[in-house]
Order: sequence, then C-alpha cells, then structure tokens
Amino acid sequence: MSKRLMFVVALFVLASLVLAACGGQQAKTIKIATQSPLSGGQSSLGVDIKNGAQLALEQLSGPLTELGFKVELAPYDDQANPDTGVANAKQIVSDPAILCGVGHLNSGVMIPSSEEYHNAGLAFVSPANTNPKVTDRGYLEVNRIVGRDDVQGVVGAEYANSIGVKSVFIIHDKTAYGQGVAEFFKKRAEELGMTVAGFEGTEEKANFDPIITSILAANVDMVYFGGIYDQAGVLFKQAREKGFMGTFMGPDGMDSSTLAEIAGEALVQGGGMVYSSVSGPASVYPGTAKFIADFKAKFGAEPQPFAAQAYDAMAICLKAIENAAKANNNQTPTRQQVAQAIRDLKDFPGITGTYTFNNIGDITSAKYFVIKVVSADKTKWGENEVIQTLDIAPPSK
Amino acid sequence: MSRISLSNLLQMAQQGRWPYILTLAHVLLGALLVYISPRSNIAFLLLISSLGTLYVLKTDNRFKIVLGLFIALVVMPIVGVRNIFYLEIIFQISVFVALALGLNIVVGFAGLLNLGYVAFYAVGAYLWAFFGSQQYYVLPFAPGTQPTDLPFLLPGDAFYLFLLLAIIVAAITGILLGLPVLRLRGDYLAIVTLGFGEVIRQLANNLDKPLNFTNGPQGITPIQRPTLPQFAVDAFNKVFQDIVGRPVETATLYNVMFYLLALIVILVIIIVTIRLEDSKIGRAWTAIREDETAAVAMGVPLVRLKLTAFAVGASFAGVMGALMAASRTFVSPESFSFMQSIGVLSMVILGGVGSIPGVILGAATVTILNLQVLQGLSLYLSQLRQSDAVIPIINFAWRDLSTQLDPAKYQRLLFGIILIIMMIFRPAGIIPAQRRQRELASETSDDK
Amino acid sequence: MQRSLRTFQIEEVLRPLGQMLVFSLASSIILSLFVILLAFLFQNTAIGADVTRRFGVSLMNYTLLNLPQVLMDGLTLGFVYAAIALGYTMVYGVLEFINFAHSEIFAIGAFVGVELLIAFQAYGLIGGQNSLLSAYWWLLIALLAGMLVAGTMAVLVERIAYRPLRGAPRLVPLISAIGVSFFLQDAIRLIESVTTGQFHRIMPTFGNFDNRIPLFTIGGNTVDIQIKSLIVMVAAIIMLVGLNYLVNATKVGKAIRAVAQDRPTASLMGIDVNRIISMTFLIGGTLGGAAGVLYALKFTRIDPFVGFFPGLKAFTAAVLGGIGNLTGALLGGIVLGMLETFAGTYMSIFTMGVAGAEYKDIFAFGILILVLIFRPQGLMGENVSQKA
Repeated sequence: MSKRLMFVVALFVLASLVLAACGGQQAKTIKIATQSPLSGGQSSLGVDIKNGAQLALEQLSGPLTELGFKVELAPYDDQANPDTGVANAKQIVSDPAILCGVGHLNSGVMIPSSEEYHNAGLAFVSPANTNPKVTDRGYLEVNRIVGRDDVQGVVGAEYANSIGVKSVFIIHDKTAYGQGVAEFFKKRAEELGMTVAGFEGTEEKANFDPIITSILAANVDMVYFGGIYDQAGVLFKQAREKGFMGTFMGPDGMDSSTLAEIAGEALVQGGGMVYSSVSGPASVYPGTAKFIADFKAKFGAEPQPFAAQAYDAMAICLKAIENAAKANNNQTPTRQQVAQAIRDLKDFPGITGTYTFNNIGDITSAKYFVIKVVSADKTKWGENEVIQTLDIAPPSK
Repeated sequence: MSRISLSNLLQMAQQGRWPYILTLAHVLLGALLVYISPRSNIAFLLLISSLGTLYVLKTDNRFKIVLGLFIALVVMPIVGVRNIFYLEIIFQISVFVALALGLNIVVGFAGLLNLGYVAFYAVGAYLWAFFGSQQYYVLPFAPGTQPTDLPFLLPGDAFYLFLLLAIIVAAITGILLGLPVLRLRGDYLAIVTLGFGEVIRQLANNLDKPLNFTNGPQGITPIQRPTLPQFAVDAFNKVFQDIVGRPVETATLYNVMFYLLALIVILVIIIVTIRLEDSKIGRAWTAIREDETAAVAMGVPLVRLKLTAFAVGASFAGVMGALMAASRTFVSPESFSFMQSIGVLSMVILGGVGSIPGVILGAATVTILNLQVLQGLSLYLSQLRQSDAVIPIINFAWRDLSTQLDPAKYQRLLFGIILIIMMIFRPAGIIPAQRRQRELASETSDDK
Repeated sequence: MQRSLRTFQIEEVLRPLGQMLVFSLASSIILSLFVILLAFLFQNTAIGADVTRRFGVSLMNYTLLNLPQVLMDGLTLGFVYAAIALGYTMVYGVLEFINFAHSEIFAIGAFVGVELLIAFQAYGLIGGQNSLLSAYWWLLIALLAGMLVAGTMAVLVERIAYRPLRGAPRLVPLISAIGVSFFLQDAIRLIESVTTGQFHRIMPTFGNFDNRIPLFTIGGNTVDIQIKSLIVMVAAIIMLVGLNYLVNATKVGKAIRAVAQDRPTASLMGIDVNRIISMTFLIGGTLGGAAGVLYALKFTRIDPFVGFFPGLKAFTAAVLGGIGNLTGALLGGIVLGMLETFAGTYMSIFTMGVAGAEYKDIFAFGILILVLIFRPQGLMGENVSQKA
C-alpha cells in the first residue's frame, strides 16, 4: 500500500507545482516565449537558440524594467515535431502575458505553428527559418532575421561562378533547410552554366563513403553542402582523407567553430572552405565578439549557429515592446501594437546586422557575406575572412 | 489500515445516490474551476478526469450518455474557445486515441507486434495533403521553386470524401504490408514493420524527384480545410457568446470544428472496436495471439484474419492522418518518425494491451503528460529560476542553478523514468484487459 | 571419434575466422558480379550515355574502377554493424527480447572512450611528439575503459529495469527498454552539458589512424584503406572470435547456452540463472562499449543520440543473419554494410540521378523484407518455432 500512497503523494506534489505555475501573475509581468527543440537530436541547436535569447533578455531588458515591467522568459520545447510545436503555440497564445516570441529552428514546425500566432496576433521573430514559405504568406506577425533559401543558394552559386568553378557536386541533409538552399544553388548554378555532376540528399551522419566515391569519380571543382556543420564536418574530413582537393562550400549552418574541431586541416587544405552567411564574422561586427565571450562565460561553451540570431531576435522583441509601451503611455501594450512596432523598427542595430523588415517580414536588403575559413584551429574561427559581400534585397510582394 | 478505509470509501461511493452526486460534483467543480481560471492546468486536468469518474462510478447508462454528451458538446467547446490550448489537447488526445486503438487491434487483439504503425497515419495525411493542396500542379517543379499562384486541385469540401478514401487507402496499405510478412512471427515481424515505417517516411522525404509528389522535407502547405459556413459561426455566437464573454472568430471556431470531427471519428472507432472485440473475428484474433498453431488447427482462417487486423488497424490511422493534415494545413515527414510509432506503442502498453478503456486512458495520459504536465512543470521551474525564490532548509537560491540543469531540456528523461516505473509496478497497464489479467496469473507460473 | 579438448578449442577459434572470410568473399563476389552485369546490360543505353557525359568514362569502366573502393568501404561498415549486432544477438539469444537500450550502452562506451582520450590529450599523453606506439596503447586503454563502463551499465540496467519484469508479457520489457533508452540519452546529455557545456564530443586526432595504406593500383585509381578502418576490422574479428570461444568452449558459455535453451531446467541443474543473465548483459554491454569507441574512432563525432541509427541497422543486421546466432550477426552485418555501400554508390548511376544515396536505407530494408519472406528465420537462423 505504501507504494500506492507514495504515488498519490508524488502526484499531488506534481499537481500542486503545476497549479502554482499557472496561478498568481504579477500585474505588469511581460513574458517572451522561445520555442525550439530542447530535447532530442536537434537540441544542440535548439538549446542555444533559447540560450541566446535568454542572454539577450538578461542583458537588454533594462529599459523595460525601468518602465516598471518585469520581463520573463518562457522557454518551450517543440521537440522538432510539428504536433508539439502547434500545441505549444496554442498554449503560448493563450497566455496573455506573452507579447512576443523567438523561434523556431525547423521551418517544418514554424509554418504550422505560425498559423496559430497569426490567428492570435502574436508576433514571432525567427532566428533560423530560411524557408521562403515562412514569410511568403505575408503575415504581419511572422518575421525573420535570417536570409531566405532562394537568396542564399543563389549567393553561393554566384560566388562559385566568380571564382571559376566549372563543375560542382551538391549534397544536402534532407531537411527543409539544407535541401532548400541546395535546390536554389543548383538552379542558379545550372543557369550560370556550371556542370552539376551530382545532387544527392542523405540523412547519414557518419559514413559518407559511397557519396565520396561518386564525388571523386566526378572530379569536380567544388562540393556544396546544404546543411548544418556537424554533418558537413564529418563529410569534409572524410572527403579530404580520400583525396578530394577542391573547394568546400556551405550556407550559414556552417558557421560554428566546432566545424574546425571536427574537420580540422580539411578546411584549409586544397581549395579550402567557404560559407555564406547573413551575419558577419566578429571582425565586421564587434558586437559578435562580445556576444561570444558573454555566451561562453554564461553557458560554458561556444554558441552554435543561430544563437547570435536568437540574441538579436530577442533584442528586437524587447525593443518593439519598449517602443509600443512608450506609445501606450507606459502601459502594457497589446500584441497588435507589438507586432506593428516590430515592423516599424528602422535600422535596428543588432550584433549580427542592421535590421529593417519589409512588408512580409523579411529583412530588407540583406547583406550576404562569403567567408573563408583561415585556420584549422577552432580558437581562430573569429578571424575568418570576408572575401565577398553582396547586397541583395529579398523578393517582396 | 489505509487499504480498509480506502476500499470502504470506494464501496460507499458506488452505492445509492452517491455515484450521481460525486460525478456531478466532479464535473461541475472541474467546469467551474476551468471557467474561473481558464489557464490553469490543474483545473483542466480536473475537468478531464471527471470523464474518468463518469466511466468508473456505477450510474445509469442514460445518465452517463447525457452527461458525457453535455461535457463533450457544451462544456468543452466553451472552455475550448476561451483557451484553444485545451481544445488542441483534446484534439491531439483524440488523434492518439484513434492511433492507439488501431495499434491495439494489431498488437493487443491479434498479437502482431508493429513498430512502424505511424506509416499508415502518414499515408492518410499525405493522401489529403496531395489532393487537397496545389501539389498536383507542383509535380514538375523542384521543392521550393514553384510559382506561388497555382490553383488548388480540389475544393476544400472534398475533404469529407477523402476521409472515406483515407480509410480505404490505408487499409489497402495495411494489407500490402501484411501480405509479405504473414509468415513472420514476433520480433521478425517487429523489425520488418519497423523497416516499413522507415521506408514510408523516407519515401515521403525522397519523393520530390523525378516528380515532386511530396515536396520532400519541405512538406506540403497550404492544405485546404473544409469550409466552415458563416451561419454556423453565427449560430455558435448566438448561443454561446454570453458565456464565452466575447464573439468568437472563424479561425478559432475551426478548432471546435476539428474537435467535433475528431470526436465523431473517435466514437465510430470505439464502437467498431468494441463490436469487433466481442465478435467472431475478435475471438479468432485472440486465438491467433494465444497459439497460432492451435488456432489454425481449429479452423481459423489465419491469412484472412491477420490481413483483417492489419487493414482495420491501418484504417484508423489513415482517417486520423487525413484529419490531421486538414487541421494543420501542413504535413511534413517530421511528423512520422520512428519516435512517433514508439510513442503510440507506449500508449497502448502503458494503458493496458488489449483493453479498450485502458488504451484510451493510456493515450490520454501520455499526451497530457507530454504536452501539458511535463511542459508545465518545466515552465514552472524556469519561472522559479527567474524569481528570487530560495529552497528553504538548504538555503539554495533557484537562480544559482546551473544553466545546464535547465529543466526545460529534460522532459524526455522524466518520460523515460515514468515508463520504467509504470512497467515495474503495473506491467499489465493502467487498466489491464480482463483476459490479460487471467493470463498474467498463469504466465508467471509457467515462466520458462 | 573423441576429439581432445585442445583441438576443439582451436577449432572454435578457427571456425569463425573461416566463416568470416567466406562471408566477406561471397558477398563481395555476388554483389560485384551483380553490378558488373547491370553495367554490361545498360552500357549502351541512355544510362551509359549519362555516365559518359557526367564523368567522362564509360559505364563499365566507371563501375569497375570504383568497385574495389566500394568493396573496401562496404566491408568496413559491415564490421561496424557486426560489432554492434553481436550485443543485440547475445541478449536476444538468452532473453528473447529486443534490448532497445543497447544503442545507448553503445553511446556510453563511445563517450567514455572519447572523454578519456580528450583527457589524455590535455595531459599531453597523445598526439604531438609522442611515439606512434604509445598512441595505440592509449587507444587500447580508452577502448578497455569504454568496455568496462558500458558493461557495468548494461548489468545495472538489467538489474533495475528488466529483472523485475521477467515473466511479464513480452511487450512489457520492450517498453521498459524504451524508457531506459530515453533516460540514458538525456542522462548522458545532462552529464556532458554540465561538465563541458556541450553534449557532442569530437574524437581527438592523434597517432597515425587517419593515414591510408595504399593496397594496389587499378587503372590509375589507387585503392587504399585507412588505418582506423583496419583497426575496426581487426577489433571486430577479435570480438567475434573471443565471443565465439567464450560461448562455445567455456563453462560459462555452456551455462549461457543452457539458460538460453530452457531457463527452468537450467536452474534445476544448479545454474544460477540470474547470474548468467547478468553475465550475458555484461558481455553484450562490453561488446557494445567497444563498438562505441571504434565507431567514434572511425566517424569522429559523437552525441548522446549517436547510437540510434547504427543500433537500428545493427539490429536489422542481426535479424537478417538470424537473431540469436552469433555467426548470423556477423553475416548480417557484412551483407547489410555491403548492400548499403553498393546502393549508395551505384544507385544514382543506374537510375540517372533519379534515386540516389538517399534511397540506400530503403534498399537495405527492402532486401531485409525480401530475405525474411523467403527465409523467415534469417540467413543463418535455425528454424525453431517461436517459444512465446
């Protein structure tokens, strides 16, 4: 019987915790939600989105505190699963204290969840979703501070063409992000007259031998990888070991010093490795260096890709709430006002760029950098060199 | 000591007028609490659990049906439009109840372990996703490169037809899977079905070339919903506006509509399952599960019955897949991972293999645990971290907790522990099947 | 016909070696002949023309030139799968249940090994000026540590999560195993993030493991093998031979086989069934841990979820070979590894890029289903009726 009794007691403790969680909001508490995968295989990126946002909240909520608000973070775990994401989204929109949100990692979760944000008028700023469809629906509430696949892929192909690449082998990771960029790279590369010797998708994380055999047989100048650094690093390393001497290229998912840790010398041998990114390296944006230092001090590790963007997304939320509150006689603004305030921001100075949103929530005239890796040493990642800068406005409606 | 008083109490609750009073009290208390604080998880859990009370306590069947209908058709929609999160939970519970009941037919009734069950769900979802979106016109385009102004292939109201089609197509898929694996038993079957589940997911992920059927990892969107006529919105507002406190827009009411659709599907599924369990087919399935050789010797048509089990199980998942696709207006392969199959299986086993009320409870428990309780707990803890709260006695300030120990990150760890503990203390599930209870007693004695 | 014990023991060592050689050769030859036949058939069709356009060689030449490297890669992958599959098969053979947590035991082994090597590197014991030989010693130490911890974990898991469930319906321990799997994944993640801030780890680069040994040259293409692939193969062979010897030629092995065959009778014969089952998990976990360290060595990057896919594949391999059968696990691993590599390399060629490497898993599972239709007991399994 004692077992059952313990079970009952445990249940009550649990229940009372849950009850407590929902009762007793202070009058002027403002919450900002984050939604990203905090558990499971993709949590490495997802947790750092939350951490980046958390850091921004702690560092930049000063003006709001002075207005008499208490700003809190409400982190949600979408488990990289659309169903969980939508359920969380509904929970988020039903909490009136939440005025703005940062998320998601996966476009596949962002698209259905943002239908809920749209219905409730709750603004979200995405630090990572590059799929064109995210903003193409033209919702006032959906914004992003990253580039679009249909621009970034093109930037990559343009760069490849400019350095005289004649043939390219394209690989992607079979995610919405990786494949999206790769498709547009391929399209542009073919238009520019390059030979696309292969276009392969793979969910493989460890063993790239079969693909490398094809790459070597095709004898290409460049390998373009649409995806995230952790897979790419292993691929690059294995390809170099097998004797590939051309150039590697990838999108902003490559921007992590861990890439150097995994691939090591493979990044600087042969044709080296370049990546395109909307956020400039530390050398261009001094804010980035400070962010990396602060992040390491707080969380004990280098930030993953999209963590800096999450920082900026949170900063934009905070600024918009502040502006909206001031316009509202220092009272708590409505969600509608916050959403509008985000769109009204002009040249918001973030740590990864200067942001103004267009009428569908994309950043107007994004600066794309093509960045070359200069050292196999991961501590020198910040010294990576910008070798090309392109100003491209996203297609707008 | 406590057992005596507890069982006495329980006995008393089952006598005379007490069941009626208790049930009504539970329902009213739950409804009232939810109404007063529309965001409290505990109030909602109280309301939901009143359905359990309604089921357990001995009352007149007519009373049960009327009160059940009242909760489902009046209380839930009101509560739901005030906080659509609750409606979403109920909707997802319904979806998973359907999946769990379908899997229960295959695993619980016929004893065929299926680790790739979510494949049928995917088949239903992609069926409507393809025909209910612009995807037909996207066929020649690589994912993402299509023009934006393509027409839709079918009107949104064709959805109802596709609910039926999803049943048929999923059932056929079930038979197609069933045919080659008929000879396999136990774990071989498990691994083949697992492979099948992966194959379907990867097909969904890969069939974006040469012809773009599924749009690959990008997923298909937008998918149409059946139209919600304006007069229905007006009618709802006319009746409920005063209680809800504000007029309800169409977007919110869509949630109610899908909730009701899911409810109807679930009712049909439950009735079918109950009828099947006690039918000739159901008994034959049990015979197969217990001893295949003996069943064949007794003249049970093995092939046909196994295929029926696969087909029926699959059709439940198929219809819910189509419903899910329409409700989300989006499908992508991420929803159909192996973890999803495992999740459904754990619902079945946690609730009680072969037991219909058990499986329903299992699905509800896991869904609520996953979406509400664990999430709520971690939110609460992260709120504590941002406050000045201190754990008394050991004088530990919450905000000093290492950032790496963030509770929001460890929901799965908790879920794992719950699974282990449940299996150790209640191996036959929360509500064991009656047949299973007898079996358990005998199985432990002739353990090899 | 009385054989001496000594001859018997030597036979038990030689037999798996012979089998391994036969399997490797046979699957290599069959698959090679198959692709050569395909190349021959499609030489003069649109497919051949497409290859010539893209790669500048004829289809037949393309096939032949890449063949040796494909075989080598396939074999290495096969041995990795086989090494993991041994642990699954071991537990299944005795308890008849799928130990879902084996992939996490594997991950634990990998983490212990990699963490140790990172520590060694921090203390300057490996890499840099240190001798090559010492690199091998330190790797061996890391390997043994990984095996030890993983083995202990496996025993603990059995004690806590499986033993109380013995005698429950078959599905119950399965769910418990899934629970353990979730728990261990997040537990690794928790420990790693608290101590290092990140939960993926990178195998340090040291020694000469990344170097390639050229084997021979064919048509201007050098076929070579990486030292670490060689290490993986050798280790897998040692594991298989050792396990085979342990199970078939020792007293403990006899007890294990007895428990696997008939638990109540074995217990009546004075065998401590619980101890033997613990022993089985210890052996299975040890093998899983070793496979984990080898995997990290070969593929560099690990995270707490790293075990999932290899685990799934290894389990498929075990079933393909006939689960519960040690030699079957090896055969299944080799066949699966080969099939995957062949499909990954040649599929896009023969379908003109329509279906490429992304279909290799579908291909592997397709073959599995085909095999099981014609041989439901797996390639090497005995045709025993299901006990439960």
